[in-house]
Amino acid sequence: MARLAKWLRLAALMFAVAFSAIASIPAVAGVDLPKIEKGKGDKCVEDTQYMRRNHMDLLKHHRDDTMRKGIRTTKHSLKKCVECHASEKSGSVAASKEDFCAACHSYASVKLDCWDCHATKPGKKSPTQLGQGGVQMQSSPLIAATQPGESK
Amino acid sequence: MNEHDKPNSVEAQARRDFLKTGALVAGATLAPGVLFYGVAHSRAPEEAASSDKRFGLLIDTTKCGDGCNDCVSACNTENGLTGETGPQDSQWIRKVDIKDLRTGYVQSLPMMCQHCENPPCVDVCPTGASMKRADGIVLVDRHTCIGCRYCMMACPYKARSFVHEPLTDQNPEVPRGKGCVESCTFCVQRVDRDEQPACVEACNTQGHNAMIFGDLKDPESALNKALKAASSIEVRADLALNTGVRYQGI
Repeated sequence: MARLAKWLRLAALMFAVAFSAIASIPAVAGVDLPKIEKGKGDKCVEDTQYMRRNHMDLLKHHRDDTMRKGIRTTKHSLKKCVECHASEKSGSVAASKEDFCAACHSYASVKLDCWDCHATKPGKKSPTQLGQGGVQMQSSPLIAATQPGESK
Repeated sequence: MNEHDKPNSVEAQARRDFLKTGALVAGATLAPGVLFYGVAHSRAPEEAASSDKRFGLLIDTTKCGDGCNDCVSACNTENGLTGETGPQDSQWIRKVDIKDLRTGYVQSLPMMCQHCENPPCVDVCPTGASMKRADGIVLVDRHTCIGCRYCMMACPYKARSFVHEPLTDQNPEVPRGKGCVESCTFCVQRVDRDEQPACVEACNTQGHNAMIFGDLKDPESALNKALKAASSIEVRADLALNTGVRYQGI
């Protein structure tokens, strides 16, 4: 009798473990991907997969051409990236965690310091626009990551 | 043309006539004696800055008003500077008053990066961030600037500033940030669009006409004509830096 009770307990335990394992499979497989806010552009200048892997090289190449030689083509310019990819909600590429650059970079934990110097929002803004609750660049998770210990 | 060619030889006369005809064919006549050769076109975006040009600036201090700050405020607006003049604030161009102590004569002039042909800031930079572009514009590549400030010490004109605090809301065309040295760029973003630097444009639209910007290598540029017409000097000419900015009236 005692042996049967022990066997039943073991069976119940195994069942419970198996059941919980089945239940947890979707959670393991469905890792949350970065959530990206929509920008105004509908097609990138290069293929998406290519851009995911190579955008940093394109930007770096273009930055040296522009800065040192004065070549100002627009295809791979950071300014044009920002114009297209700035989110419709915040108008920026790095103001909130869902904005275009910040979404993947905070997800992958890759620090970038473009926005210490470059504008995260397209175009020139009038002082009135600045006052109207526009998300400040310093609130960006990326900026916070690059300037630790900074008092706000 | 040397002395031997000068006598009214038939050949020389014929050559002169030929050149005149050529000029007439090349340019359209706007009015008697005035030829229109077309506006100098800007560089194509994919074309690199070329050493066929060297940008320069002539400042006539006799036309530069005492107390006038139009060039400085135009620079601040264009480049996103605060306009503060504290020890930690960036100044790309500043008005300097000079007084002759013997006579009491006071002059006012704008002072900024002189865009030297042999820039000491470029000589001392340990990373190559301080650089001179092919067309003579002296710039700081902030991507490689480590903020050591050697260039600030080397510059005889005190033209460079260091950014001490984080910045926000920069002009998309003028990236600036903490930890880098910066100075007058001749508004390179405007020059690449074939526009004048903001200070020059402001000075002319306000009617002072104290500044002429142009190509020092183009003999036909307004800048070169003005330089040829009257005496001008470099500030600290003794350093033999061959500055791109020259002054008249001091």
